Amino acid sequence: MSELKGIYALWYRETKVFLRERSRVISSIINPLLWLLIIGGGLGAAVSFGGVNYQTFIYPGVLIQTALFSSVFFGVYIVWDKKVDFMKEVLVAPMRRTSLFVGKIIGGSTDTLLQILILFAIGIVFTVAGIMPGLHLTVFSIAVSLAFLLVTTVGLVSVGLIIGSQMESPEGFQLIISFLIFPLFFLSGSLFPITNLPTWLAPFIFVNPVTYAVDGIRGVLLDISQFSLLFDFAVVSLFAVVMILIGTYAFKKMKL
Amino acid sequence: MIVKNMPIIETKNLTKRFEKMTAVDNLNLQINEGEIFGLLGPNGAGKTTTLLMLVTLKPPTSGTATINGFDIIKQADRVRKSIGIVFQDPSSDEILTGYENLKLHGWLYDMPSELREERIKEVLELVELSDRKNDRVKKYSGGMRRRLELARGLMHHPKILFLDEPTLGLDPQSREHIWKYIENLAKEKNMTIVLTTHYMDEADKLCDRLAIIDKGKIAVLGSPGQLKKDLGGDIIRLKAKTLDVEVLKNLPYVKDIKPCDGEVCLTLEDANMHLQEILNLVGKIDSVEIRSPTLDDVFLHYTGRAMREGSPEGSWAEKMMNASEKT
Repeated sequence: MSELKGIYALWYRETKVFLRERSRVISSIINPLLWLLIIGGGLGAAVSFGGVNYQTFIYPGVLIQTALFSSVFFGVYIVWDKKVDFMKEVLVAPMRRTSLFVGKIIGGSTDTLLQILILFAIGIVFTVAGIMPGLHLTVFSIAVSLAFLLVTTVGLVSVGLIIGSQMESPEGFQLIISFLIFPLFFLSGSLFPITNLPTWLAPFIFVNPVTYAVDGIRGVLLDISQFSLLFDFAVVSLFAVVMILIGTYAFKKMKL
Repeated sequence: MIVKNMPIIETKNLTKRFEKMTAVDNLNLQINEGEIFGLLGPNGAGKTTTLLMLVTLKPPTSGTATINGFDIIKQADRVRKSIGIVFQDPSSDEILTGYENLKLHGWLYDMPSELREERIKEVLELVELSDRKNDRVKKYSGGMRRRLELARGLMHHPKILFLDEPTLGLDPQSREHIWKYIENLAKEKNMTIVLTTHYMDEADKLCDRLAIIDKGKIAVLGSPGQLKKDLGGDIIRLKAKTLDVEVLKNLPYVKDIKPCDGEVCLTLEDANMHLQEILNLVGKIDSVEIRSPTLDDVFLHYTGRAMREGSPEGSWAEKMMNASEKT
């Protein structure tokens, strides 16, 4: 009971803070729009894959990109918590470290999923407006995509928290995650099909768990996929479970 | 009368070493249930480090401690269930309001909702923040943040409450209020309170017993009254260009002579009666002061230094003298 209350307290705080920091909310909408309109529109004038226009092709990638950036970046708040000493208040409370980790995951995932929901709304508007033809936005396809995004987000928030729990300065955290986020994004097939890859590039793409999230979502939304839906989901789930386990351990070992 | 003789906190050779220095050096302390215990010392003496180890936030390098019967290393979870702490640095969330920070605390400590709301109201009144409770902490002044911090720590009435410099930077009136509340908590709830401070008046007024900590070690331990009494008699402080200390040493009623801040401090019984004789012996002096011993004198006596925020360059008196020499 007390653990649940503690988890709720942490979730409440993360969500309140997220909604109050308008710049975070706004940038979380602007950034994917830029990708869809500028990269999608600009490159889309010259290229198209799988029988759909480029904007439509990268839409699943932009969903994942939002999840990736916002989730991993969420870890920086734990570094800030340490800096402003809010962490002490939580660490000294009669609450297990595991619960602290769970509360943070739920908080971070909520932030990310709120942004994802806005992106789905944009997706629907664009589809209706005819900008992204070929996108199957049905209740079923959105539900399956959300399941993929939720599991991926949990894994990625864990990655951010693991790094954040070991770092002391926000600058250091930012440096490390930019070395992490960009390869994960560019090597995920978000921006290009993963068929006929150069042989030196293929292994990097296939060891990246984010690839399978993109493939699964693109499969269900665009009917373009390389692997089966179940296989994609299994890989993404495995990734999330492993990250949760590492994260639980990292939080137990976390020092101030 | 409550029996106050069961140690609720016991440290056993508690030690914390950092790369270059030993912050806490084989500390052995026993604190009894229901007492207000003070750790008094200059900044950097190891008070806060001791506290952070006791509340399980920093692991000791060696040694350990038990709190409410639980080991701070092996049973950290259970220790945390028995304690509360007010940190020296603000640890509230700035984007939340004062009220929300308190509510969060209530949840983290699993307080029933009715009790939580009742206590929030009570502590907000105590620290005079009731009318600002719905403002974001970002808009609070430094003093208000400090008071919110204190309100939060006092809210869940733990068995043992740790206060790290509770009234640092507060105005005298707020300090009085907070002292009274702390005293009541100890008396009415039989709460054990451990506080660190470098304010002598705070330690004197509030603590049942205190330990003077210097360089990570206990210099002396006792009740404020006893510590002052142990020094014996009155203190005369003399300032002179040249002073013949040898003559004074031979006087039968002078108990102790030591230099303090470039002056000379004599401890003796019944200073009023012997003052004339002393003045005759030492010759020309610049100034003289007679008073009863304070905790400052106790500190000086046991550490050989004055207690002034532990500034490494020396006391203000020395600085003043150096400055006047230069000009």
